[in-house]
Order: sequence, then structure tokens, then C-alpha cells
Amino acid sequence: MKKRTLWTLLVAMTALLFLLAACGGGQAEEAPAEEPAPAEEEMPAEEAPAEEEMPAEEEAAGGETLTVQGFAGEQTVTIPTVEEGMTNVAFVYVGPIGDGGWTYAHNQGRLYLEENGDNIHTAYLESIPEGADAERVIRSLARQGFDVIFTTSFGYMDPTATVAEEFPDTAFIHLTGQKKNDTNFGNVMGAMEDMKYLAGMVAGAKAAEDGSNRVGIIAPFPIAEVIRLSNAAALGMRQTCPECEMDIRWIFTWFDPVLEREAAESLLDDGATVIITGADTPGPVQAAGDRGFTGLAYDSDNACVGLEDVCLGVPYWIWGPVYLDIVEQVQAGTWVPEDFYGEASDGMLGFFGFMEGQEPYPSVPESVIPEVQDMLDKMLAGDFTRFDIFTGPINDNQGNVVIPEGTTLTQSDLEGLSQGYMDAFGIEGREACTICMDYLVEGFTPTAEIPPLD
Amino acid sequence: MEAASLVFIINIIGAGLRTGTPLLFATTGELLTERSGVLNLGVEGMMLVGALAGFAVSYNTGNPWVGVLAGMLAGGVLSQLHAFVTVTLRGDQVVSGLALTFVGRGLTAVLGAPYVQIRDIPTLPTISLPFLESIPIIGPLILFPLFGNQNVVVWLGFLLTPFVAFYIARTRSGLNLRAVGEYPAAVDAVGMSVAKLRYFYIFIGGVLAGLAGAALSLAITPLWIEDMTAGQGWIAVGLVIFAQWNPWRAALGAYIFGALRRLPLDLQSVPWLPFASNPILGVWLSMIPYLFTIVALMLTSNARSRKRMGTPAALGIPYVRGERGL
Repeated sequence: MKKRTLWTLLVAMTALLFLLAACGGGQAEEAPAEEPAPAEEEMPAEEAPAEEEMPAEEEAAGGETLTVQGFAGEQTVTIPTVEEGMTNVAFVYVGPIGDGGWTYAHNQGRLYLEENGDNIHTAYLESIPEGADAERVIRSLARQGFDVIFTTSFGYMDPTATVAEEFPDTAFIHLTGQKKNDTNFGNVMGAMEDMKYLAGMVAGAKAAEDGSNRVGIIAPFPIAEVIRLSNAAALGMRQTCPECEMDIRWIFTWFDPVLEREAAESLLDDGATVIITGADTPGPVQAAGDRGFTGLAYDSDNACVGLEDVCLGVPYWIWGPVYLDIVEQVQAGTWVPEDFYGEASDGMLGFFGFMEGQEPYPSVPESVIPEVQDMLDKMLAGDFTRFDIFTGPINDNQGNVVIPEGTTLTQSDLEGLSQGYMDAFGIEGREACTICMDYLVEGFTPTAEIPPLD
Repeated sequence: MEAASLVFIINIIGAGLRTGTPLLFATTGELLTERSGVLNLGVEGMMLVGALAGFAVSYNTGNPWVGVLAGMLAGGVLSQLHAFVTVTLRGDQVVSGLALTFVGRGLTAVLGAPYVQIRDIPTLPTISLPFLESIPIIGPLILFPLFGNQNVVVWLGFLLTPFVAFYIARTRSGLNLRAVGEYPAAVDAVGMSVAKLRYFYIFIGGVLAGLAGAALSLAITPLWIEDMTAGQGWIAVGLVIFAQWNPWRAALGAYIFGALRRLPLDLQSVPWLPFASNPILGVWLSMIPYLFTIVALMLTSNARSRKRMGTPAALGIPYVRGERGL
């Protein structure tokens, strides 16, 4: 008898909690009225299915639930349901959509898809850990009947490949990996190195103006993608400031506000006056601003909102049109899986402050604006691509020639597809790199090095 | 070279004081809760709630101190959920604490959405002490770089630890706190309410976790980003065990942990130290808090090591009057 009373109380309490949470959702939708945040208004509360629930909580009507090992121990994930008669598209995100960075940009792409596509219903799951849990989540989405599933983090590569085998009628698109098959599994990536090159140009000009001739860059992980982007930034910097040197801090995470900020402090303590971050939060820009210096953020076009005075620009992703293109092809039945690597001319990349309808931030040195604008225009027109950035002669920061004069890197070189890497991940049908992306270019301080990935 | 290495060390200690402060608040709060016999694994959730409440209220009122109060209150209110489940209903403390973290994360994800794009909020002030620089020798070399430009929350942290240590060891209420965590039956026998005491210290734990969150979002990393605590609440839970429930050691642990996160970053610029010989870098560093927590949980789950570690005897055990044991 007593036990039953306790249970009743517990259930009542949980119900109350959810009521509270629901009220909260209402407030969240009202709040943008005072501060325009159009993206949030479009996000109905019931479309946030990945929200963690109390473990004791019974499943609400609708999709299946899964328990995955999240950041904070176990978390319950509710698989969203499909809508009959529509093209159902699901997204699996590695971070929270409120990260203001990588996942935020993808979610903007999802909203674009929903708004601009015909007869498209979308759903997403956020903060899904990479690895085995991701496989269960992706499989559940496929079983639920989603027609297209986007998985937006490198660590989802193998899970996506595995599930794609099991559901030949579902289209799977993985981001930032190299695997695909011939029927229903493709991958997408873009030449962010173009935009990082522009970031380097602005940063170099600013460091020269500061008189420090020193730029600091925050690098998340020692993987080919990050090395490529950092190298592009250093090459860009040397374009506008041949005397400048670039310092680097590896932080081994994509998202950790305190650590990202401390990395910036560490670079600033060592004399850098411009910070370029490759991680998710704009904290490093803030840190530079607090000392009267400047920085460049990353990932999404809103990254420097509120930091306009101390921000020099943001290389950002524009996923919407790419998503729409793929989903429309799937709808038309013409989609063929491919290794899609978009260029600036494909409309998937931006450099905030210089795109159409944008103004450069006030701290950008006047003198460099025309040069950057010119380069960006060339990139958007397809006249200057990633291959032009990585054309020799390019030395490493020890003075050794890595790309001889007249040599241009191949796509495999850019992606660092060594034979060992491809064997380890089971990537087939790609050529191995010959000048693999495992060096820091001239422009980095001679003491800068690439740590082992462990 | 010597001056350079001194600067190097001072930079790291200074960063340790700065980034260790939120950890110190959260750890001290959890320590007080645990000293009353209740384990609360919801620190991460309460920190997030405190961080968002602090940020949002500071933005809407224009006063960061009102924000801090709101953050503390929000953490305290959320903690009462745990108090209700574990003290009144005598539910499982581990499950309830985990649930608290989920609630905190989910709630802040939804409510915080409109604040993600807001950056220019009133933040807590930095206290400038230029006179430190005029103290001979150690002034410009040590005192000023360490304390000359610290945020006010760092100073709050300096004050909190001696206060809490004194409170626990030397006051009447501190004695009651220790009694309810070690032998609640005795507290009951002298006519005090075990439940009231535990509710109170769970509340205080929540308030301090909320303060930790507000310190993050209003001083250390003045932003609101979903999940911005990035696991610090869990580190705090681990640090309590490392501290063996002693507030001085908790403070030391929090500062060391802050410094440990900065150290490998600065080591990257040391020319004679190649990465291969930098053992605390990378995955190992990111693993430390979790390894730490696992080891600590292993130690405390064993009765003998529990005693040696100074674990409050009634920690994790709901109090039922007249029941055998504690």
C-alpha cells in the first residue's frame, strides 16, 4: 500500500516536471520577440525528440525509445516518427543544436530544406555519441521508415555504412568521411580550406597592423581535415603578411568552452594578437577581445553576433542548398551516391563579412578588404579553388620542400588518405595520397608540431 | 630563461585559479550535501540551470549580480527535486541525481535556445589591484600576474573555502551537519529533524552549483551555449572524493584541476619538449576527470576504503527512524 502511494507521488511529480518543461518551451518561443532570433521561432518544441528524459519515465505515444551512453551517463532517445505521403528526412547530430557552431549550422540547413523543399518532413536527433550507439540510432531511424538519413559527424562513418547495407531502399549521406557504396550511401564535404585561407589573409593583415606579426590558431584534433584548414589559414596569412608567424594550440576536443578559451589565453600570453579558432564556440574571439585584440570564429554565420567589434570574420558552412539538392534528387529517383566535395562555387561556403549583403566587421584593416573581396569573388566564381591554395612551391615549417614547384595536391593528398588510414577504416576505391596532409606549412613557427593522434 | 619559466608557471597557476573557481563552488556545494549524508549526482544539471538563469537574468535586468542570485536560486530550486525524491520518498540517490542532470540539461536546452546568439551581456567585474605591482620583487613577478586582474568570482572563491571549513569544524550547525551525515539516528534522538537538515544542505549544494554555473556564464566564459559546462559537474563529484570531504582539499583539487587543463596547452610552445614526451596531452588529459571519478567511486564502494577515506558513514543511505544500521 505504502509503496503504491510512493509510486503515485513519483508519477505525479514526473508529470508535473514535464508540464513545467512544456511551459518552459512556451517561454522559449516567446522570448525571441524581444531579441530577434528567427531560427528558433521555426523550431516547434515537439520537434526536439532527443531531449533527455528521466530514466523512470514511461514512453510517450509515438516512436521507439533507445538508451544510449551520453555525456552524462545514460540518456534516453526517442526515435521520431515519419509522416505518411511525405519525403521523410532524418538528421543525426553529434552536438546540441544550440551549440552555436557545427551542429547549429547543420540545423539551419535542415530548416532550409523544410522551408524550400516540396513535401519534405524532417526530424533530428541531437547529441548522439559516435560509435555503437550511433549505429542503433541510425538503424532505428531507417526501420522507422525515413527515406533519407544524414549523419553529420566523422565518427558516424562506419555505423552509417553498416546500416546502409541493411536498408537498401533508404538513402544515407554521411558528412566528413570518405566511405560510400554504389547504391544508397554517399558522403558530403566541402572546401572549407578556401574560407580559412581568407581568414588567414585577414588575420595576417591585422597582425601586421597590430605590429605583433603573430597569429594564433586553435586546432581541435590532429586529423587531416584540421591540418588542411590550419595550413590554408597559414598560407593565407603569408599572402598578406610575409613576416607573420602562426602559433598553434591543439585542444583535442571540438567543444569545451573553458578549454577553448584557455587555448586562446595561452596563445595570447605567447604574443599572438589575432586568434583563429577551429573549434565550436566564439569564446576565443571573446578572450582576444577582452585584451583589446581580435579573432575569427568558425562554423555558422551567427558565430560573431554580439562580438562585432572584436571579430574579423567567420568562415562558415551553408548546408541548406546541398541538402535540398540531394533530397530533390532522391525524390526524383536520380540520386547516385558519390564522394561529393563542394567548392565555394557550389554555394556551400561563406566568409562572414564579405558575402553578398554583408559588411566587413569594423576591425578588419581597410587596406586588406579589396584583396580579400577579390579573392572571395574568384573562389565563388570557381577561378580559385583548394587546388590553387595547395600548389607548390610550399615548404613545411622546418624549411623542407613538401610540395615542389609546379606540383598541385590531389584530392587524396588534401584528405590525407594514406594507405594505412584507408586500411584502418576500410575505405575502398580511392587512390592513396603521395604528399599526405601530415605537415605544417611554412608560416607556422618552427616549434609548432603535429601531435600524435593516440 | 629563469624569468621565462617563472612567467610560464605563473600563467598556469593564474589560469588554475580562474578556471578552477567554478569547480570550487560546485565541489564545495556537493561536499556540503554529501556531508549531510546525501549523494547528489545532479551537479551538472544544477550548474547548467544556474548558468542559464544567471545569463538570462543578467541580460534581462542588466545587472550581473541579480543574475548571480537568480543562478543560485535556480540551482537551489532544482536541487529540491532531489531532496524530495531522496529524503521524503527515500528513493535511490544515484538514480535521482542522474535524473536531475537530465532534467537540467533538457530544460536548459529548450529554455536557452533564444540566448545562444546573445553575447553582449553585463558580466561580473574584474577586480584591478594595480598597487600589487609596486610591491618589490614579488609584486610584478608573482602577485600582480596572479591576483592583479582576477574576476570577482575568483575572490569569492578565496573567501568561501575558509568560511565553509570554519563552519563545518567549529560551529554548532556544522556539528549538526556532520552528525546527520555520520549518524542520523543521534540527530533524530536529540529531537532535530534529519529530513529538514538534509533538505537544507541539498539546497545549499544546489545554490553553490548554481553559483558555479553563473560564474561560468557571467565571468569565466561569458556565453550561453547548450551544455556549456561540458562535464564539469562530474568533475566536481569526483573532486569531492579526491578531497576526502575536506573543504581545503576541495579547493586545492579544484585549482589543480584548472591548472592541469591549462598546462598541456602551454607545454605545446616549449621548444625542447616534443609532443611524444608530453604524456598528459590529448586523450589522456580528457580522460583524467572520468578516470578520477571511476577510481573514486571504486574506492568509496568498498567499506574498508570508505572508512579510510573519511566518507560520511550515512552517505547514500536514506534515513528511516528505528531501522537498524544508520
